[in-house]
Amino acid sequence: MTVKDILETMDWGPAPESDTEAQGWLEKHGRRFGLFIDGHWTEPGETFESRNPGNGEVLAHVTQAGADEVDAAVRAARRAQPKWAKLSGHQRARHLYALARLVQKHARLFSVLETLDNGKPIRESRDIDVPLVARHFYYHAGMAQLQDAELPDREALGVAGQIIPWNFPLLMLAWKVAPAIAMGNTVVLKPAEYTSLTALLFAEICTEAGLPRGVVNIVTGDGRVGEAITAHENIDKIAFTGSTEVGRIIRKATAGTGKSLTLELGGKSPYIVFDDADIDSAIEGLVDAIWFNQGQVCCAGSRLVVQEGIAERFHAKLKARMAKLRIGDPLDKSIDVGALVDRVQLDRVQHLVDEGKGAGEIYQTPCTLPNRGFYYPPTLITGLSPSDTLMQEEIFGPVLVSTTFRTPAEAVEIANNTRYGLAATLWSENINLALDVAPKLAAGVVWINTTNAFDAAAGFGGVRESGFGREGGWEGLLAYTRPKGKTRPLTPITAFPAPAQAKVDELDRTAKLYIGGKQARPDGGYTRAIWSPKGALLGHAGLANRKDARNAVEAARAATGWAKASAHLRAQVLYYIGENLAARADEFAKRIDLMTGKRGGAAEVEKSVERLFSYAAWADKFDGAAKPVPLRGTALATHEPVGVIAAFCPDEAPLLGLVSLMAPAIAMGNRVVLAASQPFPLAATDFYQVLDTSDVPPGVVNILTGFHNDLAGTLAGHLDVDAVWAQSGADISALVEHESAGNLKRTWVNNAAARDWFNAESEGREFLRHATEVKTTWIPWGE
Amino acid sequence: MQRESDASVTDRSAGTQLPQTIEARNPGMALDMDWVMSAQANRSAIERRAGSIAARRSLKKDHQAAWLLKAITMIDLTTLAGDDTPGRVRRLCAKARQPVRQDLLDALGVGPINTGAVCVYHEMVPTAVEALAGSGIPVAAVSTGFPAGLSPYRLRILEIGESVKAGAREIDIVISRRHVLTGDWQALYDEVREMRRECGDAHIKTILATGELGSLRNVARASLVCMMAGADFIKTSTGKESVNATLPVSLVMMRAIRDYFERTGIRIGYKPAGGISKAKDALVYLSLLKEELGDDWLTPHLFRFGASSLLGDIERQLEHHVTGQYSALWRHAMG
Repeated sequence: MTVKDILETMDWGPAPESDTEAQGWLEKHGRRFGLFIDGHWTEPGETFESRNPGNGEVLAHVTQAGADEVDAAVRAARRAQPKWAKLSGHQRARHLYALARLVQKHARLFSVLETLDNGKPIRESRDIDVPLVARHFYYHAGMAQLQDAELPDREALGVAGQIIPWNFPLLMLAWKVAPAIAMGNTVVLKPAEYTSLTALLFAEICTEAGLPRGVVNIVTGDGRVGEAITAHENIDKIAFTGSTEVGRIIRKATAGTGKSLTLELGGKSPYIVFDDADIDSAIEGLVDAIWFNQGQVCCAGSRLVVQEGIAERFHAKLKARMAKLRIGDPLDKSIDVGALVDRVQLDRVQHLVDEGKGAGEIYQTPCTLPNRGFYYPPTLITGLSPSDTLMQEEIFGPVLVSTTFRTPAEAVEIANNTRYGLAATLWSENINLALDVAPKLAAGVVWINTTNAFDAAAGFGGVRESGFGREGGWEGLLAYTRPKGKTRPLTPITAFPAPAQAKVDELDRTAKLYIGGKQARPDGGYTRAIWSPKGALLGHAGLANRKDARNAVEAARAATGWAKASAHLRAQVLYYIGENLAARADEFAKRIDLMTGKRGGAAEVEKSVERLFSYAAWADKFDGAAKPVPLRGTALATHEPVGVIAAFCPDEAPLLGLVSLMAPAIAMGNRVVLAASQPFPLAATDFYQVLDTSDVPPGVVNILTGFHNDLAGTLAGHLDVDAVWAQSGADISALVEHESAGNLKRTWVNNAAARDWFNAESEGREFLRHATEVKTTWIPWGE
Repeated sequence: MQRESDASVTDRSAGTQLPQTIEARNPGMALDMDWVMSAQANRSAIERRAGSIAARRSLKKDHQAAWLLKAITMIDLTTLAGDDTPGRVRRLCAKARQPVRQDLLDALGVGPINTGAVCVYHEMVPTAVEALAGSGIPVAAVSTGFPAGLSPYRLRILEIGESVKAGAREIDIVISRRHVLTGDWQALYDEVREMRRECGDAHIKTILATGELGSLRNVARASLVCMMAGADFIKTSTGKESVNATLPVSLVMMRAIRDYFERTGIRIGYKPAGGISKAKDALVYLSLLKEELGDDWLTPHLFRFGASSLLGDIERQLEHHVTGQYSALWRHAMG
């Protein structure tokens, strides 16, 4: 084609990025890679091929790690950890700073290698992935620097096993490695088998940065390596980003092991367009939402929800925009959409669309796909309903599905009609509308008039089945630290047995369950006598069964007003509970002493009143934050209530323990189902009378009595419970964690460790954090 | 939707394969306030798109050379200075006829090219018309009390007629910014409507002076009103404001043009002016144009650069393309 011809056609023409350097790097390694363990490369063992999805060619042979090698990596990490954690924050900061600098110095090599390995357009790896990687290491160099001063009460977890996906290979590595090592952990990281190469280049960078050996270990391979890491007993923490399906398996596999766990899983994120939006910008936003990285993005705005009145025009404009997208060689600088990561993924997307399109109308970018490589055209499916499979299932490809809504309330309803809750996008030029809708969306991240914005300072992570834990920001450090201090094992307390000769001198009292603001007889009709150590009958407590648990959860779910009540009102209610408890202090103290046979009742009641006051105080003081993200605007981190929390109360302090769990939960706007102390339930059943007189709305607090082992399975498995706190004297931690996998609810278990409920550590931020989810709302502005 | 001339719209859509030279002129339409007020422009999102276009599209080698040649054909070679003289204007016109050294054109294998127009003040119109005689290059006159547009309304209208009479085939009018800033869209519409009428067969480019309109939303709405009033081109700036053509403003105006086309079938031209002085910038603007409006707009009939020093930089880049060596400004004839 001559210049003269081009003057007529005005085509783009090719703009290839050279891969010479990256191929040279692969050649230098003989295109065969071992594992990076303890600062050294192992000899390549059994290998598998790593292919370029852009053309199907083999790039390198990468080692499939075995259990022994995983073990060697864990041992290396374990050896290195104490010394690494003992370095001052500043010394660790210098290492992270060096890593950030080296990522920048090798930025182009990383970018080209990432594109070769993953198939994403070079523009994205060059302008988005790699700069965010450097930013993440810089940011966390700063976190290491500030750790001693700002986090004096927290310490590293130990060895972190990290399993990352193939969609953002190097970026996900950075998100995992940077906070972990900043806080003094050491890591064993497994890249996805499709995309190991930039992790291996990163290993080289670690050596170049002078990182002590064993701090970062990289083991490659398929899911078996991930299983070995997950199952390894000498690992303290598992961090996983990937599919919800695998996340569930990991949740079950780590249940009861005491391993800390964070999961960043799938999504089907809504992309809501109101009729007063800047339509062209909203359409351009979709390019960044669903055609970014070929749609292989966990938080991709894959579900278009557009206001009915503008839908036709919106779709027409969207199709016109799609027609301009360029699909092809990922190394071409003028390509918008590259290759899917592997044939398996291409087949999966193809299959999902073919099977699920139903009555939908399909539009695809008119384009000629390259003969080799794994390409799928940008696709829009209109005319679907929420009930269609493709509106519910994550496709993880360049496929946008669309439906319409009539009112803001309906938009929220449709948006939240999903098992997932990772991200949500909304477009409106009306600040009132936007800021009203954003908090109502069930998502860890909300983008207003922007989409797929990321920064190390802003927390990222989901709710519901999109996982738990946050990456980025101060909140992200919680995933890699724990409160300092030693734990001691819990001593089980059993109920006092019935005496040979019952001593009954008081009027018969029947304690009931407390559900939806009403006293309720246990559904099963069974009760248990509660005896004092001296053999006095103190009363009967109901034995709650599955149906009682169900009813309690339903009542809690229905009490939606509580989350919307002002923090001031919630504080007033908590003060009032405290006031009413104080008024009956003697009676409660006596009851506790009778039940436990001890004399600490008065102190426990006094401490309970104090604790209620503490959380009344906290109700309007657990502030969020405005994150300094690189944007004209802000990213607001707000503490949202988790939802419905089922809490198993401890036995050591039957009243104070219950109050210590209930108060932070309801202070933050949650509704609770409390399983009272199993041996000493009567403090709880007396307590509902206090609740009754304290303006607690029905359903906000529900109290069950009975056997924790029975209730744990039901409540942890209940798909409408958002979190379970197991602070029980019964050994239910493993059961709760295992059963929680159903809807991936948040769990907080004691792993049979004791806690001093009178201690200051049993109050405050640690509890409030469990009672909240950080929601990050991005709000760009500018007229 | 009301249109003044439905016939011309039908003609337009039926004649998609016709050469650009007979592109139907915009007949304008009644002021549609619902449409105007529904226009939105989200600055942050617009800046994100404008900021990524240079990275999303890259032109290399022959493609770059061809696009730069195309850019030259779209330049309104401009001199708008108080010290303009006939000699200065004649020199500029000569450059418009032969904007690139012949040996470079030969090496690139393309025939003669010329710039899109020459743009001058009214007093220089006769000189320019004479200097460009036979070249087919139109003379554009800035008008209506350029640049502030605050001289007596009657005189502003008269000025148009004078320039047309003197041979200007394109009239770059300035709008009354105060009509935008006070939201008096009817006044803006009426003003441009009358100016359009006064232009007769000469094409009218409406200069919005976007740097003085306060917001991108105002730019979008003013663009729509000017098109409804019959503008052939909408243009960003006089070059005299403190902020002239920018990519975000261009994106807003191009999208307004697209919206107008989608609803009326009429293609309106776009002219960014002021501050575009590098070949690389020109390529970014053309990339945005191709992406947002499409290939139909990649013609001097629908796109112009208002620029004075851009040409020099393009010439240097073209010589680099031909020789492989970086060039110097003095190796190319001045305008």
